[in-house]
Amino acid sequence: MCRLAAITSKEYISPMEPVLALETMKEGHDGSGLGLTLKDLGGEFEKLKKYPVLSGICSRDGRKVLDDYMKRHGFKLKHEWKPKTRPVDAIISRDHYFARAYDYPEAFRKKPMQEKEDLLMHTRLALRKLGESDESIFAFSFYPDVITIKEVGDPLQVAEFFGLDKDSLKAKIIFAQGRQNTNYAIYLYACHPFFIQGFCSMTNGENTAFVPIREYLSGRGFPGYTGYNSDSEVFTHILHYTVRQLGFPLHYYKDVITPLKATEIEKRSDADAVRLIKQSMRQLCIDGPNMVIGFTPDGRVFMVHDAKKLRPGAVGGVKGRYALMSEECGVDSAVPKRDRTKDFFPMKYDMVIISPDAQEVKVWNQLHG
Amino acid sequence: MEPASRLDHNHKLSLREFPYIVRWRDDRCKRCGRCTAVCPVKAIEATVKVMRTIRSEGPVPTPAASRTVVQMVEQVKDMERHCVGCGSCTLVCPNEAIEPELNPQNKMLHYKNKGGDGYKRGGRRNDPTVSTLDKLKFTRISMLTDPALDAGRHEFRIRTLLGRVTAPEQMPLKVVDGKLQMDKKSDVFIPPVREIYPIMIGSMSVGALSPPMWEGLAMGVAYLNEVEGMPVVMCSGEGGMPSRLLRSRYLKYFIIQIASGYFGWDEIVRSLPHMVEDPAAIEIKYGQGAKPGDGGLLMAAKVLKLISKIRGVPQFVDLASPPTHQTKYSIEEAVAKMIQSMSMAWGFRVPVYPKISGSKTAKAVLNNLARNPYAAGLCIDGEDGGTGAAYNVSMDKMGHPIASNLRECYLDLVKQGKQNELPLIAAGGVGKKGNLAANAAALIMLGASGVAIGKYIMQAAADCFGDEHNRCNLCNVGKCPRGITTQDPKLYRRLDSDRVAERVVEVFKAADTELKKIFAPMGRSTELPIGMSDGLSVEDKAIAERLGISYAC
Repeated sequence: MCRLAAITSKEYISPMEPVLALETMKEGHDGSGLGLTLKDLGGEFEKLKKYPVLSGICSRDGRKVLDDYMKRHGFKLKHEWKPKTRPVDAIISRDHYFARAYDYPEAFRKKPMQEKEDLLMHTRLALRKLGESDESIFAFSFYPDVITIKEVGDPLQVAEFFGLDKDSLKAKIIFAQGRQNTNYAIYLYACHPFFIQGFCSMTNGENTAFVPIREYLSGRGFPGYTGYNSDSEVFTHILHYTVRQLGFPLHYYKDVITPLKATEIEKRSDADAVRLIKQSMRQLCIDGPNMVIGFTPDGRVFMVHDAKKLRPGAVGGVKGRYALMSEECGVDSAVPKRDRTKDFFPMKYDMVIISPDAQEVKVWNQLHG
Repeated sequence: MEPASRLDHNHKLSLREFPYIVRWRDDRCKRCGRCTAVCPVKAIEATVKVMRTIRSEGPVPTPAASRTVVQMVEQVKDMERHCVGCGSCTLVCPNEAIEPELNPQNKMLHYKNKGGDGYKRGGRRNDPTVSTLDKLKFTRISMLTDPALDAGRHEFRIRTLLGRVTAPEQMPLKVVDGKLQMDKKSDVFIPPVREIYPIMIGSMSVGALSPPMWEGLAMGVAYLNEVEGMPVVMCSGEGGMPSRLLRSRYLKYFIIQIASGYFGWDEIVRSLPHMVEDPAAIEIKYGQGAKPGDGGLLMAAKVLKLISKIRGVPQFVDLASPPTHQTKYSIEEAVAKMIQSMSMAWGFRVPVYPKISGSKTAKAVLNNLARNPYAAGLCIDGEDGGTGAAYNVSMDKMGHPIASNLRECYLDLVKQGKQNELPLIAAGGVGKKGNLAANAAALIMLGASGVAIGKYIMQAAADCFGDEHNRCNLCNVGKCPRGITTQDPKLYRRLDSDRVAERVVEVFKAADTELKKIFAPMGRSTELPIGMSDGLSVEDKAIAERLGISYAC
């Protein structure tokens, strides 16, 4: 089972903080990888918030292909962050790790955000396709104010390898996942967190309904619903589909992935809609065991469980800084000075939603709607 | 002088030609005559023979021949009265003196064409080999990477949907104060959808079945719904329903079938204004897995008073439904119109779906339905389905196995992203070897939303003798020794409808437990694992490739 550490904060924080929280949960991951997603960037990206940031890894040859592609499609490089990597025994260094801020092609600069998002996603997918077979290019995310870093190895060693402890890279929301490799080959695209058009999620547990969900999403005619090197990637895509594509308020994500029983639905004030959603999106129901932590483009962070609560999860903190962890010790590491009695362990009907800048924690109960 | 033909018996068939040879034991038989009386085909008869016996009774051997007249039970060597192997004789024999024995070398089919007509029978395909469904195994067992569920402790929701499901993109919803509400101003039609149990009782008509059998099934279904809380539904078959039932609140547990003969529809239409509940669905029968391309057939012997009343026909006439609907001109036009008409009759409140026989053309039908927003699903009936009457050639040689037919239809819907919109119901051979839950679960994982059973429930609930060695299979002639498929009161009084109902309940409750036993270790409990093909494996590479599942050995 993977270990998950997410911190949402009013202040910019270092990615080392969730990595150290992961370290406290070390029994739960086997060091087969670390994935980090940073949102609402500080440091050298603080003034580049409107520019999309392409995060990834490439080989020497891949870099040429990538540069050529971006140039041909009119993206102008504004800024590049490269980690100051340090040799760490267990980690085989690749040629180039990068997070590059680009300016949009001329024709897109004044286009609505939705069109820009589609352009960015298509670009990311095209780059992925160009470098997937020979692993010359890995493109993890391409979106304004978001950086994704992934590498195989023990989380703390990977952080050390990237020099994150000394780097100026900071963000207000940081997701970190320490990977416990289970069914699938150790592969960077299989590493959480997963990201699509401003929506991000990471999960622990195994998704037993993976194949039907994957097939359903693949049939939605949306080009971004692809990849699926991990059974957890579908959780991100269900989130994106529910909130962005269908325009549902965020808490309906819970109704989609863990629908209520018919008798329970009748008690909801929005029963007609929930009943229809349950039927219509039947294939997207997860059977667990899973705990999902995610964020939306507006900066809300949430935690939700499968309907049987078969995975742990804890939320705790103070106004302006909250930690969402797969285990309580992670919360202790991230926010030691807090009122522990107010820690929350979401149960099968709960969805914890923390507002942007970690101002407010809301526990939405599915039974009461 | 005797003609040579009589002396050498050359005009007679030998017993070796017969599918079943009756083994009768002289030493056990007490000559009560029950076996000859009960035999539905008069394959045995009491006879008298003169026997020469040699006996010696004194202290020293003094053999003496004597001739005695002996009463015997003898098998008739007329292929029109061949022993069907039902075993009714064995059941009634007080001394276990008689038993039919299968003769695999028989040449029955060489002779069953007297009068120039082919062999007709009931039952299903005579293929005793292991079906594809029975070869499938459930191999994705959750264990340490994720906790397996407990079939006895966790809550399971084994339910499915019957009806056209609205696509998420088409749901008429709007956000009001952060909540989703139905947009009342929208003119989007939301088709009716029923939440039902994924195993249903398939179409078997009043007429094909005897009154106590049909009544027993119906009572069992009502009990399952009202007492056990299991929303099992049952299809009427072609032939209507008793009008009292049509006008009762129990109608909601029934799918009414309309087929090419429209039998029973006079009464159904007359009852429409008096219905207090809508039926679960309407099934339009275009084909039947057991006899693709053939219409329905209820032989004159079974058209007695009750049937003639329900169906609105005279007594003792053959009731043949044409192979095709007479109004059928093209799939686009006729099927759409039929679905439309049926939907309209119930104010678009009832799901209407077609049933076809398994066929290479199933995908074409499916694609037509996928484009028809009123089509509520598609039932595909595979070659192992049963029937009350058909030509043997249709049953044995016509049709398509359900597994690959269903799978390719499902994958076709997946390609279009419509796998949840148009439910597929799989039928034909579910539970053929008794593995009802396993066969149903396998079909669900291949993509079926639900399955329909017929033959299985007749065997399990009413002890039908029929099997894939052509045992019994007398459904067509109204001589069913169990009283299941006959309209003869002397025969159907053998069947107790209460007991049938009790068995129906037991069968479904047991299947429910077994389904949980399958789904729990696979980590599925909340929704039916429709299309969860990664859960299946098979020890045959060709099958694995064809079904798109893994090979395991």
